[in-house]
Amino acid sequence: MTIESLCRRRLLGVSFGVFVALLSLPASADQITFVSQGGAYQKAQTIAILDPAASRLGITVNQDSIPDAWPVIKSQVASGKPTWDVVDVPTGYCLRGGEQGLVEKLDFSKLPNGAAMPEAYRSAYSVAYEFYSSVLAYSQKKYAAEAAPNSWADFWDVKKFPGRRALRNHPIATLEAALMADGVALDKLYPLDVDRAFKKLEEIKPNITVWWTSGAQSAQLLNDGEVDMVMAWNGRVSALVNEGAKVGFTFNQGVLQSTSLCILKGAPNLPTAVRFLNEAVDPVNQANLPLHIDYGPANPKAFDTGVIKPERAAQLPSAPDNAGKQALMSYAWWSSPSGEAAEKRWVAFMQK
Amino acid sequence: MKDTVRDISLQHQRRENGLMLALASPALLVILLLVVLPVGWLAWQSIYHDGFTLENYRRIFSEDIYWRSFALTFEISLLVTLLALLLGYPLAYAASVASKGWSIVILALVVLPFWTSVLVRAYAWLALLQRTGVVNQFLRQVGAIDEPLALVHNTFGTVVATLHILLPFMVLPLYATMQKIPRDLLQAGASLGAGPVHAFWRIFLPLSLPGVLAGGTLVFVLSLGFYITPELLGGGRTIMVSMLVSRNVELYDQWGAASAVGVVLLIAVAAIFVAVSRFVPLDRVLGQK
Repeated sequence: MTIESLCRRRLLGVSFGVFVALLSLPASADQITFVSQGGAYQKAQTIAILDPAASRLGITVNQDSIPDAWPVIKSQVASGKPTWDVVDVPTGYCLRGGEQGLVEKLDFSKLPNGAAMPEAYRSAYSVAYEFYSSVLAYSQKKYAAEAAPNSWADFWDVKKFPGRRALRNHPIATLEAALMADGVALDKLYPLDVDRAFKKLEEIKPNITVWWTSGAQSAQLLNDGEVDMVMAWNGRVSALVNEGAKVGFTFNQGVLQSTSLCILKGAPNLPTAVRFLNEAVDPVNQANLPLHIDYGPANPKAFDTGVIKPERAAQLPSAPDNAGKQALMSYAWWSSPSGEAAEKRWVAFMQK
Repeated sequence: MKDTVRDISLQHQRRENGLMLALASPALLVILLLVVLPVGWLAWQSIYHDGFTLENYRRIFSEDIYWRSFALTFEISLLVTLLALLLGYPLAYAASVASKGWSIVILALVVLPFWTSVLVRAYAWLALLQRTGVVNQFLRQVGAIDEPLALVHNTFGTVVATLHILLPFMVLPLYATMQKIPRDLLQAGASLGAGPVHAFWRIFLPLSLPGVLAGGTLVFVLSLGFYITPELLGGGRTIMVSMLVSRNVELYDQWGAASAVGVVLLIAVAAIFVAVSRFVPLDRVLGQK
């Protein structure tokens, strides 16, 4: 063999070795795919929770976003090879996913942060992630501060509070509001008296200008003056207030709702996903969330960390003072047969 | 001698058919894989879920909301088709008789909306038609009205926006057909004593019917499946069939419930076309032998 061919062989060997080493590098880094609902909410999560969690654990968090994850969760798990690991969805979806075998059962011995949270905030398949509220929002141009609507009975009172109204084109939280307007106490709502709720909704139906379908639409309706009163999510209304719009809202008789984290069945990176989930509900990470968006941390210990100032806490849906004025949504009822029947009845109600 | 000539021409015919099939097969394969198979799979799901079941169809035919929604969808689609014809025919006619430069301008204006997404166009209509929108503000300024009109969040807004989005689908096939009508025929009619209206009615209009049918079919079928526009501009009360499909995806834990609605819609449309073809001699209108 000549000297040249020896050198060439060695060069080939070295470069092959480097190539193999490079190939194996990405495979050794842990990663997960996390899915939430996008927009300002996901940006806030990235700064407050996702980036700190990724650097603490030394993993890569790939993000995805979608407004309604349920159909995709179904099709991914049905395919047998889901690409998503952890999803942040309305708690009802996690419960329904658990019933249908689409979501992994959680081992709380590996989730100390989750195990330390109140019973009502977790289930066998999910851990609550953040709280938001459906509240009564109104135009301050139409209603002066002293004469502002303050309860669902006011929303239903078209004589004392004339004006155009909007409600969400969905029974969740809307049925609760109707029952509260009819006089049912906050803590006596469940199980919902569906007939009574629909009867009350029939009363207000002629005065509903729009039945909104997206959060952005609800905010836009109020901002543009299309409607004077609306049941909307507090984060959207606060965003309007921060922009200087003349709108206001009240936590009184609001419906406290949550989104939860759950892991898809057969998730590609299960052990890493479990570690991530624990980190995402860590009190310190959770306490950072309200610094960037008006949603409340699910972990009550977040309020003890000292990160959230009292004035800020007063604005958050899950702060003890505000939570006390609201009705806590029962996702267990909504995923029960009665809840599903109520959802099916909604379309018929809308069409009449 | 005659037999061999016939055989040769048959051979050529068969070769040509084979060639046509070969050329078309990539496209046919794409359609088979991406359209026929998935739609077939979804349709299969509507009758088979842990065993054969007609539950999805029983629900559709017994519950009131489905009937109403189908009726509303067909009503709106028919309305949009007729309006598109009324608006589109003069447009296409103008484009076909105008000078080269002007016809390009007209067609460009008709096609321009294609460059923006449907979502953007729907929101644009919202900005135009809402209570504090451009139209209402203008009408109030000129004093035509005192209180803003409810132009959107109802069927009116849905129809307007759908019409706007589907108008090109009416104009372009009409234009294509009108282009091919020889002008000499109209001149010949005039030389035989027909006035302009008479000539249009007896000569031009019948010859443009293939375009009317093509454009009308496109607009009708497309508007049956419209989802984003009625969702955004209908105010929640304009419940078209597409919204029922999306509801069923949320409410039921198998695809069958939603795909059953789609299958029913497909069969209904096919039935309509079969019925129409009985009354309208389609092959003659479409110019086949």
